[in-house]
Amino acid sequence: MTELTLGRVSADRARLLRLLQEYGVYLGVLVLLLVNIAFTPHFLSGENFRTQAVQVAPVLVVALGMALAIGTEGVDLSVGSVMALSTSLISLYLGYGVWIALLAALLGGIVVGLANGSLVAFVGVQPIVATLALMVAGRGLALVMLPQLKQVNDPDMAALGSGDLLGVPYLVLIAAGLALLVAFVVRRTTFGRQLLAIGDSRPAAQLAGLPVRRVLILVYVLCGALAAFAGVLATARLTASDPTSLGTLMELSAITAVVVGGTPLSGGRVRIGGTVAGAVLIQLLTATLIKHDLPPSWTQIAQAVVIVLAVYAARERGKR
Amino acid sequence: MLSVSGLSKTFPSVRALDGVEFTARAGEVHALVGENGAGKSTLIKLLTGVHRPDPGGTLTYDGREVSFATPLDAQQAGISTIYQEVNLVPLMSVARNLFLGREPRGRLGLIDFRRMHREAERALAELGVRVDVRRPLRELGVGAQQMVALARAVAVDARVVLMDEPTSSLEPREVATLFGVIRMLRERGIAVIYVSHRMDELYAICDTVTVLRDGKVVHTGPLAGLDRLRLVSLMLGRDMDTVQDEGLTKFTGEHDAGREPVLRAEELTARHRLSEVSLDIRPGEVLGLGGLLGSGRSETAKALAGALPVDSGRVTVAGTRVRGGSTPAAIRAGISLLPEDRKAEGIVPGLSVRENIALAALPGLSRFGLVDEARIDRIVDTFVKRLRIKASSAHQKVGELSGGNQQKVLLARWLAMNPKVLLLDEPTRGIDVGAKAEVQKLIDELAADGLGVLLISSDMEELIEGSDRVVVLKDGAVVEELTGDQVTEDRLMRAIAAPAGESRD
Amino acid sequence: MTTADIGSPVRKEAPPGAEPLGATRAERLSALAQQHGALVTLVIAVIAASLSFDTFLTGDNLQNMALSSAFLAVVALGMTFVIVTGGIDLSVGSLFALGGVLAAWGSQYGTLVALLLPLAVCGLVGVVNGLLIARSGLAPFIVTLAAMLGARGILLAVTDEGSTTYLVDKDTVFASLGQETLLGLGVPVWITLALFGLGALVLRRTRFGQYVYAVGGNEDAAALMGAPVARTKIAVYTVSGLCAGLAGALNAAWLVSGVTILGSGMELEAISAVVIGGTLLSGGFGFISGSLVGVLLLKVIQNVINQIGSLDSAYQQVVSGAFLAVVVVAQTWLGRRQRVL
Repeated sequence: MTELTLGRVSADRARLLRLLQEYGVYLGVLVLLLVNIAFTPHFLSGENFRTQAVQVAPVLVVALGMALAIGTEGVDLSVGSVMALSTSLISLYLGYGVWIALLAALLGGIVVGLANGSLVAFVGVQPIVATLALMVAGRGLALVMLPQLKQVNDPDMAALGSGDLLGVPYLVLIAAGLALLVAFVVRRTTFGRQLLAIGDSRPAAQLAGLPVRRVLILVYVLCGALAAFAGVLATARLTASDPTSLGTLMELSAITAVVVGGTPLSGGRVRIGGTVAGAVLIQLLTATLIKHDLPPSWTQIAQAVVIVLAVYAARERGKR
Repeated sequence: MLSVSGLSKTFPSVRALDGVEFTARAGEVHALVGENGAGKSTLIKLLTGVHRPDPGGTLTYDGREVSFATPLDAQQAGISTIYQEVNLVPLMSVARNLFLGREPRGRLGLIDFRRMHREAERALAELGVRVDVRRPLRELGVGAQQMVALARAVAVDARVVLMDEPTSSLEPREVATLFGVIRMLRERGIAVIYVSHRMDELYAICDTVTVLRDGKVVHTGPLAGLDRLRLVSLMLGRDMDTVQDEGLTKFTGEHDAGREPVLRAEELTARHRLSEVSLDIRPGEVLGLGGLLGSGRSETAKALAGALPVDSGRVTVAGTRVRGGSTPAAIRAGISLLPEDRKAEGIVPGLSVRENIALAALPGLSRFGLVDEARIDRIVDTFVKRLRIKASSAHQKVGELSGGNQQKVLLARWLAMNPKVLLLDEPTRGIDVGAKAEVQKLIDELAADGLGVLLISSDMEELIEGSDRVVVLKDGAVVEELTGDQVTEDRLMRAIAAPAGESRD
Repeated sequence: MTTADIGSPVRKEAPPGAEPLGATRAERLSALAQQHGALVTLVIAVIAASLSFDTFLTGDNLQNMALSSAFLAVVALGMTFVIVTGGIDLSVGSLFALGGVLAAWGSQYGTLVALLLPLAVCGLVGVVNGLLIARSGLAPFIVTLAAMLGARGILLAVTDEGSTTYLVDKDTVFASLGQETLLGLGVPVWITLALFGLGALVLRRTRFGQYVYAVGGNEDAAALMGAPVARTKIAVYTVSGLCAGLAGALNAAWLVSGVTILGSGMELEAISAVVIGGTLLSGGFGFISGSLVGVLLLKVIQNVINQIGSLDSAYQQVVSGAFLAVVVVAQTWLGRRQRVL
């Protein structure tokens, strides 16, 4: 009898835990929102929301690509360097027109992605190691092309960075659109299904005849392209190209957003909604701490703790 | 030396061992045999401290009752294990592997390499192995690596040495060396427990035999007087004198097979695994693949499906050669494999029933890379009904289904591809009786529909009653083909039990 | 019993998926390249540099190079232990900076505090890394990435958000550790050399060192052979933390202040140096001396790039990234040919 109740209690607890892991990120966002509404002055202003949303946009765009890589049981550490590369390319090619510059930046990301993907898919290097090399070289390359900060004085870029549609900043619209697009790709396309199958069980995917290598390369190419695009967005927002500092620690923020959002590092699942919420959660956490005059040191330590907790929780889910 | 009594082990869903009595004596080589799922590996894990036995069973070692909490405990007590796969560190030198954790140390606690190399050379020389002990282990052949593992096992003052299929990757010459070592161990008064499926080896080296089946000891005694055929029938649980066609399976038996084979394999050879395996599968027939565990059955199926690269040989489907070593190529040619390890290589556990069924056929079910959900729904619906897949909905995760339903999902995945040949590796293992009968009936129907089916099964009944023809494998080579009236348990067991060289040329 | 030649390296036409191969001449050559390639490259680079620039082989330049190599080398030393176990430690750059700040702050209480405080704090971070990785089974890269952030946070917290820079009193013993020279070389260089000697001894000649190799080479086998896997892992991350902290402290003694903005990207430099030096990123193989050579090679390249006035120092990152990629690809190819399937 006791055993039975005990069993039920532990089953209930397990279910609660699972629910928390699934939806904890939304709950966290909600709690932070409420806390801020209650205690932070001027939190509920449209201006504040715009600021927060604009800041989260580039992180989210990078996190979308990262979610795909993590879904295949991989990771891409080179995203921050790709952003730097992208901002350098923009500055260099802006003279030829804004579209050419955009194209050049995206191409840069795609090339890095191709290199990463080939190392992972064909050579069989572990994703961490493969992307580490380009993490080192990418920023170097960016600095070689553009040794120091340069102002970007282009009306189109400025419009992209600070313009809005019906009060919603372009940056936010674009990031939201991309999130929808990636969610669509994951759910509705052959590629999305194959990606999840490969991340869940690579031997089974291989025996089922899936084009494992092609899918992996495409994932890293998308991840690189999205990171490059995030670099474009960040450049537009800052109206400057700063390859030294743009995108530093971005890989960490992106991984955190993805993992906090409930996508396990062990692959096989991609939760785009959770990733969006994860990115928002981190932004809110940072903003809350700053708004209450807690120093950046606290923000960093808090973020470190959140990452470890999220990975720990995801590990429990993976085991079950 | 080491004995167990009343030993049971229950896992959450199964009783793996049931009241097992087993005694290994000093100076004796004791064979431990049984088919898959008989409980051999569980027994080994209990003996070596990987698992703990259920309460009630006793483990007696050297006259005292003991219990091992970890593999390390068992090792320190003098029970060493040689695993099927070499469990050493390939990048480290031979001597370092041999002495890891008990290196001879000189002044300041630093390792004395000169002494270590000297002692390593001596220990290996005693086993008849001469190698440069400074070289990395990986540079040795598997046989020599196995010898190093053996030397390590013996060097820790082992009193009991457990060998779990130590010869599965050895050359005949290396096997001879291994046997020499085992004889030496026996002379030294060490108890050797030898697990293998190879009849010839058992009779060559073992003194005593214990046969496990369904978690119970069905026979134990000296090997010398035991007839080979009798041993096989003990392992398979079929008494040859009373084999009757009881019609326990759902197979109807005969099919009208076409003349021209739909699949033809010629002299498939993969080192250590397959040697010149040739077979034909005709449309509308079930070809059984017989043989004991490790005889090359699964390897043959994998080679046909492009999942095991072969060194030579060719596979043709309907007269067209299939590129080897490529699963997509084999699938395009119409070959579908239901792998033996359903959980690791078959299902994608985190995806739904629906997505698992559609997985292989996806490119054909999409337009411009977009999945055509309506078509998938139709196909999934058809197969869920036809195969009677029981899931709460098509959106349930496959990992949550029962084994039988997982297997049906996999079958549906392949049937959705309209294959010409289905390779079924242990399609009914680990699924309950009801589902088993359903799967068997399904196989029958599929063959009746004109598919060529290759059936691998450790279940004797299933193989005999399900197959129209049976190709018998042994040590990776075809030893006999049984057709028509020859497809009987008796003939099959004789073919399996025949000593090497008798039925082979 | 036959004393057959089963021990000698067997060489057969083996398909992929069969047993591991013996070493062919090509494989031996590539193994040799892996072990000594960095050294050969270093020698070539030094010769080329001294022929091209008169200023390269001057005493001042060499002394500077040795000194600036020393700090990275100590970090790489700890990293070597981690990488040999198959792990990675991305927190060392932050720990390096943190160590420097703590040492500078602690120097006001004496040399002992200046040395022990950074060692204690950075060692503790290493212990936490190790515990999370070994006991909770979390991925090393994510744990140490979080630690990188956390350590930076601690650094900001103790420096009033980076606005305070603690200075080291030039007359203390601690400062002299960074300032004095011995036989023409800075004291940090001698300390580094001593540490490398000690590190090599520990890795090659102690039982702990054998465990480090075994854990990286085949964790499951190591556990079955009785190696204390978790303890070994915790130990290597602790060593890495200690090394990073010490390197930071020595650097602070040299700069006579705890500069807060140091160390970013240092983890990548250290990893590059270790891997270029011949240590396998997948673990199980590597040597301490190689890491020293790797560090020197990176620093020589940096020096050359600095000497070419027109070139930006960013080229160094490109070069070391490219080096890293080439070495990793070579290692993977080499490893795949020899892997046991």
